[in-house]
Amino acid sequence: MAHYPPYDPGVHPPYRFEALPAAVARAPLRPLYPLERTLSELTGPVFSENDVAAGENDLTQASGGQPIGQVIVVQGQVLADGRPVANSLVEIWQANAAGRYVHAADQSERALDPNFHGAGRCVTDADGRYRFRTIKPAPYPGGGAPDWWRPAHIHFSCFGASFMSRMVTQMYFPGDPLIEPDRILGAIPDEAARRRLVARLTPDVGERNRTLGYTFDIVLRGRNDTPFEGASA
Amino acid sequence: MSPAALTPWQTLGPYFMPALLRPHDADLTRREPDGPAAEGEVIEIAGTVFVHRGEPQRDALIEIWQANRHGTFDHPADKRNLPPDPNFTGFGRCLTDTEGAFRFRTIRPGPVPHPGGGWQAPSINVSVFCVGLLRRLLTRIYFEGDSRNDGDPVLRGIADADHRQTLIAPKIADDPVPAFRFDVVFQGEGETAFFID
Repeated sequence: MAHYPPYDPGVHPPYRFEALPAAVARAPLRPLYPLERTLSELTGPVFSENDVAAGENDLTQASGGQPIGQVIVVQGQVLADGRPVANSLVEIWQANAAGRYVHAADQSERALDPNFHGAGRCVTDADGRYRFRTIKPAPYPGGGAPDWWRPAHIHFSCFGASFMSRMVTQMYFPGDPLIEPDRILGAIPDEAARRRLVARLTPDVGERNRTLGYTFDIVLRGRNDTPFEGASA
Repeated sequence: MSPAALTPWQTLGPYFMPALLRPHDADLTRREPDGPAAEGEVIEIAGTVFVHRGEPQRDALIEIWQANRHGTFDHPADKRNLPPDPNFTGFGRCLTDTEGAFRFRTIRPGPVPHPGGGWQAPSINVSVFCVGLLRRLLTRIYFEGDSRNDGDPVLRGIADADHRQTLIAPKIADDPVPAFRFDVVFQGEGETAFFID
């Protein structure tokens, strides 16, 4: 199985994680089967800049009015096999500046903002770069445990070059004291891997005197990645 | 070379925005809603995602990836000189409703070669994402009644016949188009066979 080796269990969360009852309830009880990488896995959906409209990467412009909160720029590069991934669809979704999602499943009392929907898309350029303009989201309660609040985060979805490079993750903000005790982040065993989900504060990538800038680079599984030691398949 | 410093997976969470889906994302039979139709036999695949039997999973994202009717992929890694279908992308997505239900309209795929030689039975790759799944679950849909299932190398890798059977979608209707049922069960009775990502 030379292509797209199975994930290193130190880097990615397991399905079953005892501190998260929602994960314990959904983790398969039976062992998973090896899947040889056939043409069905080495291929995947192909996107281009034609798949998104201009402005879909600016979440502050969704309704015409100015949303409440701190406007930020989040940008970065999507990489795999040590190279930029061009034409990767990157989608983000997030809570608003009060910690509320525009979603039927979020029935909290936190305020909705009529000028913020919290979803955006773009396709990476030839250098694998993406760029979003959005509002800094607020923390909100994690549910279940009374003292657990999710750190401020932005959900990311990336496609990459094939079915095996598909990846969904969350980006966090540097210096947030809620990061260390977070149970979702805590499901990632390797501390260095957890740190890779914290964006870098890079004011120079923002808009001068208007928006603070953050950089979040994303490394997807590559076709030629080296299998981790102990790989059984 | 050391393993690449990959970005770790995190859960989709409960709030994936329906606005990120386009209305025709679950209809693979044409590229655009008013565009020309893809070649091949139109089929439907309908099912329910369950946490366990009896507890449906709402707001789960189901993504499918498949070959066209000729068994070829609209992708540069498929370098075979075989007929393309410009009206078929092979990719679809659907969010489950409050009852955990999803439905795709697509084309019955052709067979795809296996790297060990021979052919795979027609199948569809499936990714499942939702709250509580800390990363995606991978599975496959095969079609009841296809004589090629018995020789499929991936199905043959599942020794337990009952577990293997969870990947073979039964036909539930013939009209107006053939419809197949594919449920996804995370845990317990009828637990779906999943693959290592």
